[in-house]
Amino acid sequence: MDGPPILSMKGISKEYFGNRVLKDVDLVVGPGEIHALVGENGAGKSTLMNILFGMPVIHTTGGFEGEVEIAGQAVKIMNPHEAMDHGIGMVHQEFMLIPDFTIAENIKVGREIGTPTVFSKILGPSMDILDREAMSRDAKKALSRIGMNIEDYVKVAGLPIGYKQFVEIAREIDKTGIKLLVFDEPTAVLAESEAERLLEIMKLIADQGIAIIFITHRLDEVMAIADSLTILRDGELVERSSTRDMTVVEIAAKMIGRKVERLVDLGDTCRVCDQENVALELNNFSVDMPGEQVKGMNASVYKGEIFGFGGLAGQGKIGIINGIMGLFPAEGDALVFGEKLRLERLGDALKHDVAFVSEDRRGVGLLLNESIERNIVFSAMQVHNQFLRRIGPMKMINRKKAKKHAIDMIKLLDIRCTGPQQKTGSLSGGNQQKVCLARALTLNPKILVVAEPTRGIDIGAKKLVLEHLVKMNVDEGMTIVIISSELVELRSICDRIAIVSEGKVEEILPPDASDAAFGLAMSGMSLAGVEGEVKDE
Amino acid sequence: MKNNNDMNQSVVSQPDVIVMQPETPMQKTLSWIFENKVMLMFVALCVGAVAVSGNTVGFVLGNVLVRFGRNGFTVLSLLIPVLAGMGLNFSIVIGAIAAQTGLFFAVDWGLTGMTGMLVAFLITTPLTMLFGFGVGRLFNKMKGAEMIAGLILGFFADGLYQLFFLYILGGLLPVRTNNLIIPGGIGIKNTIDLTGNMKYALDLVKLVDLLLVLVALLAVIAVIQTVVRLKNKQSLPLKTLILLVLVALVYGLTFVPGLSDYFRTDRLPLVNAIEMGMAMAIVYALWKIIANRVNPDKRFKLGRYLIIVAVAVGLFALTYVPFFYDVIKSSSIAVLPFALIAGLCVFNQVFLSTRLGQNMRTVGQSQVIANASGIHVDRVRVIAMIMSTVLAGWGQLIYLQNLGTFATYGAHLQVGQFAIAALLVGGASVQKATNKQAITGIILFHTLFIVAPEAGAKLFNNAMIGEYFRVFVSYGVIALSLAMHAWQRKKKPELELPK
Repeated sequence: MDGPPILSMKGISKEYFGNRVLKDVDLVVGPGEIHALVGENGAGKSTLMNILFGMPVIHTTGGFEGEVEIAGQAVKIMNPHEAMDHGIGMVHQEFMLIPDFTIAENIKVGREIGTPTVFSKILGPSMDILDREAMSRDAKKALSRIGMNIEDYVKVAGLPIGYKQFVEIAREIDKTGIKLLVFDEPTAVLAESEAERLLEIMKLIADQGIAIIFITHRLDEVMAIADSLTILRDGELVERSSTRDMTVVEIAAKMIGRKVERLVDLGDTCRVCDQENVALELNNFSVDMPGEQVKGMNASVYKGEIFGFGGLAGQGKIGIINGIMGLFPAEGDALVFGEKLRLERLGDALKHDVAFVSEDRRGVGLLLNESIERNIVFSAMQVHNQFLRRIGPMKMINRKKAKKHAIDMIKLLDIRCTGPQQKTGSLSGGNQQKVCLARALTLNPKILVVAEPTRGIDIGAKKLVLEHLVKMNVDEGMTIVIISSELVELRSICDRIAIVSEGKVEEILPPDASDAAFGLAMSGMSLAGVEGEVKDE
Repeated sequence: MKNNNDMNQSVVSQPDVIVMQPETPMQKTLSWIFENKVMLMFVALCVGAVAVSGNTVGFVLGNVLVRFGRNGFTVLSLLIPVLAGMGLNFSIVIGAIAAQTGLFFAVDWGLTGMTGMLVAFLITTPLTMLFGFGVGRLFNKMKGAEMIAGLILGFFADGLYQLFFLYILGGLLPVRTNNLIIPGGIGIKNTIDLTGNMKYALDLVKLVDLLLVLVALLAVIAVIQTVVRLKNKQSLPLKTLILLVLVALVYGLTFVPGLSDYFRTDRLPLVNAIEMGMAMAIVYALWKIIANRVNPDKRFKLGRYLIIVAVAVGLFALTYVPFFYDVIKSSSIAVLPFALIAGLCVFNQVFLSTRLGQNMRTVGQSQVIANASGIHVDRVRVIAMIMSTVLAGWGQLIYLQNLGTFATYGAHLQVGQFAIAALLVGGASVQKATNKQAITGIILFHTLFIVAPEAGAKLFNNAMIGEYFRVFVSYGVIALSLAMHAWQRKKKPELELPK
C-alpha cells in the first residue's frame, strides 16, 4: 500500500435514540485493496455504510462521532450525492436498473451526454439532444473495463440476473473519478458460476487501483479474494487483519463470540424429546416469499422440544413459517403430527393447531386500532368459534367472556396496559409482542411458532418473553419453534438449532456447539469440512 | 490503458452468449395479438358497427377525418404525462378551460380570424402554464393518486370557471360586447358563437402559407445554427441546411403554374394528401438510407424503409382502383390542423431523445432510481404537467375554432374523458402510450362515436337508444380497456421453485 489510504474512517460511533449501534469503529481501505467487512445481522455494517454515504437516516438522527478521510482529506459527507462527488460508488443488492432501458441508457442514467440544440440556448441543457453514439461509446468502455463484451443496446429486462449485476458495476465504473466501490452482498442473488465471474471482475477493478469494500456473509469468498478484513460484532470492532493471517474458523468464531446464558438447563431438567413423535415435518418444502425464499427444505421438529431456526436475514428462515401458514405460495410437504397440510388453503395450519406469532408485529400481527381484548380473542373467534353468542342466525361477540379471558391473559403474561380496552397501537413493543403471544395461546395450540420473538423489544422484556415460552414448554408440553436472527437467544433456550442458509437447513447444532461451528454454518460451510481442509494442508 | 484492457480481457472468462429464445412466427403472431387485444377488439367493434349502421365507408371516412383534425391534438397532449409515470392526465380539462377563457376574451374584444386566434393563443398559453405548474405541484404531493386527483381537480376547476363566467364576468369585470351577457342579468350566455369571427380561422390556412412559414422558420434556425457553429469552429449544420433547401424547393413548386392550384388550397383532398404522403415517405426513406451510407450503423434495417416505401406506393396505387377512389374522392383534410398534429407527433418523438425527455422516461420508470441518479424528480414531473396542460389548451383552441360555436359551461366537461377513451382504444395503457396508439385510437374511437347512434337505432328501432349509445360507448370504452389492461398486468410470472 503506497500513499494515503483511499478511505479512512476513525473512531466512528453512532447512537439511535440512546441505543449505541456503533462504538469507536475504524475502517481503513487502501488503493486497489479488496477489503471485506463481515459480521452478523445487526453488527453495524449497514450503519457504517450509511454513514459513509451520508444517508439522511444518519443526519436526521443526530449525526455520528468520528472522522472520515478520503485520500487523506477530511470530508463531511451530508448526502449520497456528495459521496458520489467524492468518488464513492455502491453496487446494490437489489439492482438499481430500469428494465425498459438499454444497457447504455442504464449505465449513463442521470449522466447522459447531449449535444446542444437551438433550444438549449434558451431553455438550458435539458433540451440537448442525446448523443447516443457517445453514450454507447462510454458504455462500451465501462463494460470492457470489467471484461464484459455485450451489445450496449440490448434492453436490461431480458438479461440474466448476473448480467444485470455487471451492468450495475459498469455504471459505477463509468462515473468519473471513482475511487471506492462498495459491494453490498453482491453474490447473494447470483448462481455459483456468475458469482465466480463477479469475483474475477472485482479483482480486475481492484487491479485498476480502485478500492473495494466487500460486504458478504460468505466467508469462503472472503478467503478467496479479500486482501484484508474488518470484523464487527455488536457495533464494535473485533479485528482488522490481513486475510492471510487468519483462518476461516477464526473469522467465524470472532464473528459470533459471545457469552450465552442458558435459560433452560439441559442438564438439570431431564428433557425427553420424543424422537418417535414428530410434531412438524418438512419434506422438500419451498416457499416463494420475496427476500426470504425457501428452496427444498427438509426438517423435523419433535414433540415437546424447543426448536430454533437461525441464520442470517434473507436466507429463508422467515419464509418457512409464512409458507406453512399459507401467507405465501409454497410447494412440497408440511406435515403436522403426520397429517399433511393443504398449503394453498389459508388457515389450514390454524385448524391443525399450529399457532403463529408473526415477525411483522405491526403489519401482520396486530390490529393496531383495535383493543387488546379484540386482538386476543380475534383468531379464536375466527378459527374455533369461541367467544361467540348465537342469536338466531347471527353470531355476536360474547363481550363478557372475551373480557374475562383478556384480563386473565393480561395477568398471566404481565401485559402493562391501562386495561383490556386500550388500543394495541399505543402499547410498547414488548407488550405488543405479549398481546400477539396471548392471541396465539388463546388458540390453545399444540405447536407454537414464534418468529423474531424479541425484535424491537428492550432487554428486560426480552427475557420475560423467552422465559414465558420456556414455561409453556415445560408446564404444558407445548412444542415451540422459534425463528430468530439472534443466535444468542436461540442458544439460550432451544434444544436444537437449525441454521438456515440459502433456503436450506445447513446444519442442526446443539446450543452448546462452538462459535465457529455456528459462524461457518451461517456462511454455508460446516466446521468438520473446513477442519478437514486445514488438516490436508 | 489500451494494453491493460486487452490483458484484462484475457483474465476474465468470457460470458456465454446471451441466449435469446427465438420465437416461431406463430408465437410472434400470438404474442402480438395478445399485446394488441384491446385495439383489435375495437377494430372488430368498429367494423361491426359500421356494417350495422348502414353508412357508407366514404361517409364515415369523411367524418372521421373531420373529427381527427378536431380532436387529434388534445389526445396527443396526453402522452407526456404517461411517459413521466403520472398516468392518464384527466386534468387536461383545466387546459380546455384556459383555452375557452382565452377565446372568450378574443370574441369580447371583437377580434376576428387569425388575429383573434393569436390573441386567444397568447392568453391561453401563460394561463395553461400557470395552471399546469399548480397541478404539477399538487400531483407531487399525492404521488400514486394522480389520476383520481386529476379527475376531481377537473370538477373543482369547473366550479371556479363557472363562478368566473357566471358572476365575475359582467358582474365585477366589465364585458364589452353586450350580447355575450345573459339578457337582463350578469354573467355570460350559455352559448358563444364563433361564426363570423373565429370559425375555421385555423382550418382556412392555405398550404402555400404554411410552407412559407416553414421556410422562414427553418431559415431562422439554420442561420442561428450556422453562426453558433462557425463561432465554435465546428462543421456546418448540414442536416438543417439540406432540409431548408428541400422545403424551399417545395415552396418554389407553388409558383409553377400547373401546380399552384394544388398548393393554394386550405382543404387538401385526400387523394392529393396520399400523393404527398407518398412523396414524403420516399424522401424520408432515401434520407435514412443515404445517412446510413455516410455513417453506417449495424442496427440499421434496410427492409424497414423499403416496407415504408412499399406501403406508401401501394396506398397511392390504391387510389387508382375505382372502388377505393369512390370511397376517398369526396374526403379532404384541413391543412393546418393536420400539420399541427403531425408536428406534435414529431415533437413527441424528438422530445424523447432530449435530455429532459430521457429524464422523464427515467422518472416514469422508477422514481427511486431517478432520485439516486441525481434527477430532480419533482421538477421533471411539474414540467410534464405544464407541457401537457399547455398542449391541451392549444388542442381545445383547434377544437373550438373547427366547431364554430361552444357551450360556455359545457364544452370542456368531457374533454378529458373523450381524449382518454380515444387513447385507450388505441391500445395505450396507464404506463405506456405512443404516437401510433394515439392515432389509431382517435380513428377507432371516433368511428365508433359516429356510427354508434345509428347502429343503436337500427338494432333497437329507437332513436333515443342510439343517442344513449354514444355515452355508453365513451364510458364503456374506458372501463373496458382499463379492465383489459389490468388483466394483462395481473398475469404474474410463474413461480420459480426447484423441483
